Amino acid sequence: MTTLTHSDSGTVLHPHDNPELTDLTGLAVATRDVRRRFGEREVLRGIDLDLRRGEFTALLGRSGSGKSTILRALAGLDPDAEGEIHVPRQRSVVFQDARLLPWVSVLGNVTLGLDSPDADTSGRDALAEVGLQGHENDWPKTLSGGEAQRAALARALVRSPELLLLDEPFGALDALTRIRMHALVQQLCARHHPTVLMVTHDVDEAVLLADRVLVLTDGVISLDVPVDVPSPRLRSDPSFIRLRSHLLTELGVDESAEGAHPSPLV
Amino acid sequence: MTDLDHAPVGLVQLPTQRADSPPKRRSFVPKGVERLIGVAVLFAVWETASRAGWIATDVLAGPSTVLTAGADMLGDGTLINSLWASLQRVLWGLAIGIPLGTGLALVSGLSRLGDNLVDANVQMLRFIPIIALQPLLVVWLGVGETVKISLIVLGVTFPIYVNTSAAMKSLDPRFGELAAVLGLTRRELVRRIVLPAALPGFLVGLRLATAIAWLLLVFAEQINASSGIGYLMTRAQVFFQTDVILVDLITYAVLGLLSDALVRSLDRRLLRWQPGR
Repeated sequence: MTTLTHSDSGTVLHPHDNPELTDLTGLAVATRDVRRRFGEREVLRGIDLDLRRGEFTALLGRSGSGKSTILRALAGLDPDAEGEIHVPRQRSVVFQDARLLPWVSVLGNVTLGLDSPDADTSGRDALAEVGLQGHENDWPKTLSGGEAQRAALARALVRSPELLLLDEPFGALDALTRIRMHALVQQLCARHHPTVLMVTHDVDEAVLLADRVLVLTDGVISLDVPVDVPSPRLRSDPSFIRLRSHLLTELGVDESAEGAHPSPLV
Repeated sequence: MTDLDHAPVGLVQLPTQRADSPPKRRSFVPKGVERLIGVAVLFAVWETASRAGWIATDVLAGPSTVLTAGADMLGDGTLINSLWASLQRVLWGLAIGIPLGTGLALVSGLSRLGDNLVDANVQMLRFIPIIALQPLLVVWLGVGETVKISLIVLGVTFPIYVNTSAAMKSLDPRFGELAAVLGLTRRELVRRIVLPAALPGFLVGLRLATAIAWLLLVFAEQINASSGIGYLMTRAQVFFQTDVILVDLITYAVLGLLSDALVRSLDRRLLRWQPGR
C-alpha cells in the first residue's frame, strides 16, 4: 500500500500530509477539498474527486459552473487552486480549439516537444490512427475543424497519457463531424485505456461515451452516477432516455417545457 | 425554365443574368495597358514641351535627354560605381541595424529585467527624429563613411525593434498554456513558439527598415560625400545638370522598388503557413 504522495507514477501538485489519502492505489486522480476563488466569487467549493484508472468520466455542468476550472487544475495549469491534487505525471489535454501551431506542419505539431529518436514514427502512427495519414506535411490552415481536432487528439495520444483531459473537445464542431469524433474517441479509448475526464455541456455526449457522469453545480459535485446503458449505446434505449432526463433535471432543464415550446431561436 | 407570369405581390425582383442575354462587351485593351495611357500622355507632353523650348533644360531636362544622360553614365561607369558606393552604405546599415534591433527585441521580449532595461529607453529614444541626430553624430564621428552608416543603422534598428518586440509581447497566451501542457522546456518554447510567432512582426519591421534605409541614405549622402548617387546629384546641382539629377532620382526609385520586392518575396516564402496566403 502506497500513499499517492509517494507513488512513483504520481505527481503531487499540492503536497500535504493527509492520513485520509492512504490506500488509493488504482486511482489515476485524487483530489481533496479543491477550492478556487476568482476575486469575490468562489467557483470551486471543495471538490473531492477520485478517478479510477482506465475510467471514462464525463463532467457536466452549466456554463460558469466551474467545470473547466477543475480540468485546468488537474492539467496543472492553475497554480492558484487550493487543496490537494494528485495526478499522473503523463497527462494530455485536448482543448476546445485544436490549438495547433500554425507555423508548424501537422506532424510537427503532433510531435512537438518529444525528443525521442522515434518521435517521427510514433507521430505518423498517431496521425494514421486518427485517420490523418497523408496530411503529415500539410500546414494546419489546410485542415478542416474536425481534422484539426483529430490532429489535436493525435498530439495528446502520442504521449501515451495515463490521464487524458478533454475540455469540451467537440464543442466547436458541427453535428455530423461530432458524431464521427465520438466514434473515433470510443475506438481510441478501447485501444489505449487512458483514464479520461471529459468536460462537456452535451448530456447525450456524456451518456454516449462515459462510464460515469458527474454533474457540477455551484462549485460542488452534486451528482455522481454510473452509466448503465448497455452497449452499443443507442439514444432510443430506455435506460439512455432515463439517464438523460435524470441528468437534464439535475442540470435544471425542464424537458417537457422544452418539447412543448420549441425554442424560437432554432 | 419559365418566367413567373405575375410578380408575387410584396416581393421585389433582384437583378440577375439571363441565360440568353448577350455577353458583356469587354474592352480589347488589358487593364494594365489602359493605366499606362495616362503615363504615356504625361511623357509625351513633357517631351514636346522641352523640345519646343517651353521648358528650359536647366530647369527640367526632357525625357529623351534624361535617357541619353543615363546611357552615357552607364557607359562610362559613373552610375555603376556610384550605385555600388550607395548600395554598400545601405547594406552595412542593414547588416548592423537588423541584428541590433532583433537582439534588443529578444532581450526585452524574453526577460522582465531586459524589458525594464531596454524597452522604456528605446521607446523614449525612438521619438527623436533620426535626421536631427546628424549634428551630434558628425561631432562624434566626423564626416566619413561611419557617420553615414550610423544614421542608417539607427533608422533600421527602431522599426525592427518596435515591430519584433510588439509581436513577441502579443503572443497568444493559449500557446503558453499549450507549452505547459506539453511540457516544453523554456528553450523549446522560445524556439518553437515565441520566435516563429514574432516572425510576421519582424518582417513588417524589415519592410519599414529598408524603406527608411534608402531615405536616410539620400540624406546622408548630401552631407559630405565623395562617392555615391547623392554625390552625383550634388555635383550635378552645381552645374544645373537636371538630366543627371533625374537619372539619380530614377536610380533611387528603382533601388527602393527592388529592395521592397525582395522583402516581399521573403515575406511570401517565410509566411506560407499564415491563413489567407
